[in-house]
Amino acid sequence: MATASTTTGFIRPLRALIIPFLALLVALLAGAVVMLLSGDDPLAAYSGLFQGAFGDGKSWARTIRKTVPFVLTGLSVALAFKVGLFNIGASGQFVIGSVFAVAVGINFDGLPAFIHLPLALIAGIAGGLLWGAIPGFLKVYTGAHEVIVTIMLNYVASLLGGWTVYAGGTQGQTPGPLWDRTAGAISETPDVLSSAQLPWLFGPPYRVHYGIFLALAAAILIWWLIFKTPLGFEMRTVGHNMRAARYAGIRVNYTIILAMALAGGLAGLAGAIETLGLNHKFAPEFGGAVGFDGITVALLGQTHPIGVLLAAFMFGALDGGAAAMQFESGVPADIIQIIQALVLAFVAAPLIIRMIFRLRRQTHGDAGSPVSASWSGP
Amino acid sequence: MTRSQPAAAQKPAGAPPKLEVLNITKLFPGVVANRDIDLALNKGEILALLGENGAGKSTLMNIIYGLYQPTEGQVQVDGRPVELHSPRDAIDLGIGMVHQHFQLVPVMSVVDNIMLGSESVDRGLLDRESVSTQIRELAQRYNMPVDPNAIIEDLPVGVQQRVEILKALYRQADILILDEPTSVLTPQEIEGLFEVMELLRNQGKSIIFITHKLKEVLRVADRIAVLRRGEMVGEADPAAVSQQDLASLMVGRKVTLEVEKEPANAGEVLLQLRDIEAFTDLGEHALRGVSLDVRAGEIVGVAGVQGNGQTELVEVITGLRQAAAGSVLISGQEMTNASPRRITEEGAICHVPEDRHMYGMVDAYSVADNLVLSSYYKRPFSSGLTMNEQAIAQHAEELVARFDVRTPSVRNSGASLSGGNQQKMVVAREFGRPIRLLVAAQPTRGIDVGSIEFIHSQIVAKRDEGVAVLLVSYELDEIMALSDRIAVMFHGRISAVLPRRDATREQVGLLMAGAGAVNEPASQ
Amino acid sequence: MNQPTPASALKRFGGRYGNTMFIALALIGIAILVNVTPLKEQTWLRVLFGISALNFTLRATVPLVLGALSGILCERSGIINIGIEGMMLAGAFGGFVAKTSTNHWPLAASLIFSVAVAVAIGGLMGAVHALFSIRFRMDQIISGTVIIIFALGTTSYLYNRDAIAEGKFSSIALPGLARIPVVGPVLFDNPPITYLALIMVVVVHVALFYTRWGLRTRAVGEHPRAADTVGINVNRYRYVNTSLGGMLAGLAGAFLVLEAVGQFQEGMTAGRGFISLAAMIFGNWNPFGALGAATLFGYTQALQNELLLAGVTRVPRQFISMLPYVVTIIAVSGLVGRVRPPAAEGKVYETEGSQ
Repeated sequence: MATASTTTGFIRPLRALIIPFLALLVALLAGAVVMLLSGDDPLAAYSGLFQGAFGDGKSWARTIRKTVPFVLTGLSVALAFKVGLFNIGASGQFVIGSVFAVAVGINFDGLPAFIHLPLALIAGIAGGLLWGAIPGFLKVYTGAHEVIVTIMLNYVASLLGGWTVYAGGTQGQTPGPLWDRTAGAISETPDVLSSAQLPWLFGPPYRVHYGIFLALAAAILIWWLIFKTPLGFEMRTVGHNMRAARYAGIRVNYTIILAMALAGGLAGLAGAIETLGLNHKFAPEFGGAVGFDGITVALLGQTHPIGVLLAAFMFGALDGGAAAMQFESGVPADIIQIIQALVLAFVAAPLIIRMIFRLRRQTHGDAGSPVSASWSGP
Repeated sequence: MTRSQPAAAQKPAGAPPKLEVLNITKLFPGVVANRDIDLALNKGEILALLGENGAGKSTLMNIIYGLYQPTEGQVQVDGRPVELHSPRDAIDLGIGMVHQHFQLVPVMSVVDNIMLGSESVDRGLLDRESVSTQIRELAQRYNMPVDPNAIIEDLPVGVQQRVEILKALYRQADILILDEPTSVLTPQEIEGLFEVMELLRNQGKSIIFITHKLKEVLRVADRIAVLRRGEMVGEADPAAVSQQDLASLMVGRKVTLEVEKEPANAGEVLLQLRDIEAFTDLGEHALRGVSLDVRAGEIVGVAGVQGNGQTELVEVITGLRQAAAGSVLISGQEMTNASPRRITEEGAICHVPEDRHMYGMVDAYSVADNLVLSSYYKRPFSSGLTMNEQAIAQHAEELVARFDVRTPSVRNSGASLSGGNQQKMVVAREFGRPIRLLVAAQPTRGIDVGSIEFIHSQIVAKRDEGVAVLLVSYELDEIMALSDRIAVMFHGRISAVLPRRDATREQVGLLMAGAGAVNEPASQ
Repeated sequence: MNQPTPASALKRFGGRYGNTMFIALALIGIAILVNVTPLKEQTWLRVLFGISALNFTLRATVPLVLGALSGILCERSGIINIGIEGMMLAGAFGGFVAKTSTNHWPLAASLIFSVAVAVAIGGLMGAVHALFSIRFRMDQIISGTVIIIFALGTTSYLYNRDAIAEGKFSSIALPGLARIPVVGPVLFDNPPITYLALIMVVVVHVALFYTRWGLRTRAVGEHPRAADTVGINVNRYRYVNTSLGGMLAGLAGAFLVLEAVGQFQEGMTAGRGFISLAAMIFGNWNPFGALGAATLFGYTQALQNELLLAGVTRVPRQFISMLPYVVTIIAVSGLVGRVRPPAAEGKVYETEGSQ
């Protein structure tokens, strides 16, 4: 009998991890096949990848550093999923969050760190919140599908971000408001003031900042929000059955906008943390590729906050090891993208994995099976 | 009224039956849908297949139509065993089916729907002209007028059903399966359908008529076969059997056909509707000035064919749809276009929705969570910041016991319950809290007789407690059985309000079809 | 759409697209006026209506309308395809690889072969999307996303930056027609894929509304069970349509590499697949509607180009570049309740008896 998944414990049964784990395994194998076909050595590549991710302290540090934004963008996508929304806009929200955070971070000289840093982080969250609320708002009031709107907003955010730090063109165009005047022709902001920088947990050469704790806290907070609060109940109800939610007196429109805004806020926080903790400035190339990866992380984590944490760590390792892999084995780091796409495919279509490993379905008589469809009619 | 005799004994000497099923068994995971069924249909007869919801009628017909493969057994047409792997095979053998839920594409024209799958093509392009001509001929021959160029969604359900029958006839079907064809029609339309069926039979077609309505069976069938829990429990001759006998055979125990209740003791007006106007999502004018009063301690039944504004009326009352004009007063309080939550709380109203899967429950939620769907935010289920899972589970245990919801545990998902138990779960949630006004739309749709009886008795019990009840149903029998007053809806208007004791089926049926509105003032 | 006679069909067509056609004719009139009179000396008029702007509009429109037609084929049969962007990119890359490996062939043969490869790759991606959506019951939006991520990753991984495609399609002036003032140089002096795209609009329209295949496709997308009960194989139609849709997206990719740019660039589709989807929605899932919408979006891209060329510096160039994206958002937002997607879109269809 299918037990409902509503009141979920903090850590779900290990069973939930089987499919993602096998999906990763199959994706790595498939990646190896791709490498063999294009004449690369998969063993060397994977050993390089592993060394690069976990080989020494510095590798570990890099993996953890890379994990942080994946956690937050993954949570962003997962939260929206719970409300039945597909947030492809995490990368745009990430960029806007970065810009807002850096705008606070390079100004207000003289503020003490315990005010300046939280202020900059909040600014980043607020930026993402606003950018995320737009597609929610448009969906509710105009019916515009969030997938198209968030994608378009990604391009707009990227251009907007580019403009804020624009160095000015050859034809004497006005430079952007956040451009570093000492940078010459380079389009970037000045460095974030030290009072707004996220401090190092371990300083150079390890470079792990306190962002990892913010990410962990966010995961726990979102878990609690979704599964333990009335607001979370409302969000999940909207996600499962919007009509039933209206019937139950839930303000569906408000819930949708709020969820998209919160999703945006999480991605915005990711941007703020990357800016204040790692890059210490914003430039157009610090874009939000992690936003798109957030989709894969969320699905790999089964849209459960704790699952997202694990998936993000894995992605952090893959990304952290990629450069070392290319350096060691000569296999282009782009293979990681292929592997990630394969992971996504296998996680999103568990049937494939079940077929490969001949796993039985865990539940039977689930909704929509032919039995219930033909038997419940009058 | 004996255990079904071998089908062969009934066929006229010489000719084999038109259609025969032998030893059909169909297993679904965990369910025996059909067990060892024998059934024969002769040429030129109307065979009624009677059984309550879930008895396995549709499964059997889907096997004959090639949609399901039987686990065991055989189908024969004209005495020859046939293989039915898809509807295509059935169509090629001259079997046509009119499905309970019409299989018509709403946005396409009649001609496109009829030729779909059996298109007439001229030089690579569809030949709509020649198909239209054929449709007109068929329509004339069987007395079923229809405009081939009309778009399906613009047509009344009765005409849509004609299109379904024409669709089968266009494919030259001589075995017709009609699956619950009367559930959406007015009594007069039903009579018209029966005339068409008789015409078809007299022209040599063979018809299987599936239903759970006893009166209709006795009116039109030449022979009756009864299914119960997947088994053939008997055959009957309509000339020699009573409704009561058929009902007992169908359900397997004695059933009371009437709902027992005392005369109503109506009190103050609790729901007052005045000149309500509303539109559908597609912008059609759905309610055109509806006024109606419902008093404490009475059941007002809204009769009407589906799609005459009943859905929108319920939605306006419960706050799910904006009223464009008019006013809704609940217990004297102005509630026009108030939020659903305010109406639920301040109006002390409960709502059993028309479609439980669409509105009434969240399939993936546990029974416990479904039972707090409209009260999750209140103490003791929520303390403002966090939900109290223990209180939710305890509340669920109480309701499940009180309303006889059969589930292995309150942690099982709502989707895992049977239809009747899902409906009882919805009713438990809605009835299980203090209310003054009950709005029940199609409260017994698609569920077994036992659950129907239970829910009917609960509705009457609420009335007797002094609750005002507005009952919307497309089943005229249910309206007639439960109501103290009957309001008939046609075309977005209440065309009449009649006291139950003065109303006859025929009269209400005529009103449902839009004939002469008896305009009694809505408020007495 | 269901009228039996061509005359009434035409009338209905005119009724549905009447306003759009009127606006289109008015704009063409203005364009002719501007280009044949001294008005063309006015900078802003030249930016808005100059031959160059119109030419650029058409060039920008071609991939969008092909993408939109791709979406129409898939969605009319009930499969949501947000992976068009990825299919286009994969097609573009396939065409590029084919071209670079056949540089030594005669130009025409090499180009035609490369188009075929691009179309085949697109079709393959479409088939994969159908397989994911139907066989493996994956959420169709997620499957589309997988296609995009996969195409981005694979094309970057396999892209050889030293490879150069030699030559691309050149314009073919249609004799006579090309000499009509303004209209001629804009419409009748184009490279082959542009003509093909415009022809495909008509072909898809006729096929959808006047053939057996089209009738069945639409039935499958609107009410698959109704189609199933009259013996139509729902999933086969979906596989075929989604693959055909992928092929059109591949053709759009071929256009980018073999006709417009001449080379491959990483991520060169730059959101065109998504804008195509918006054009499809804006055009109410109808081929001619999609053409109109694609032209509108193409025009915003042309405008962006013309403004930059004309040296408009008061507005930062990033804001001008946002134009196509912002217009797309406005377009999909301005449609409250006015469009109606195929009813069964996005839902897995399981036949009743399947276990």
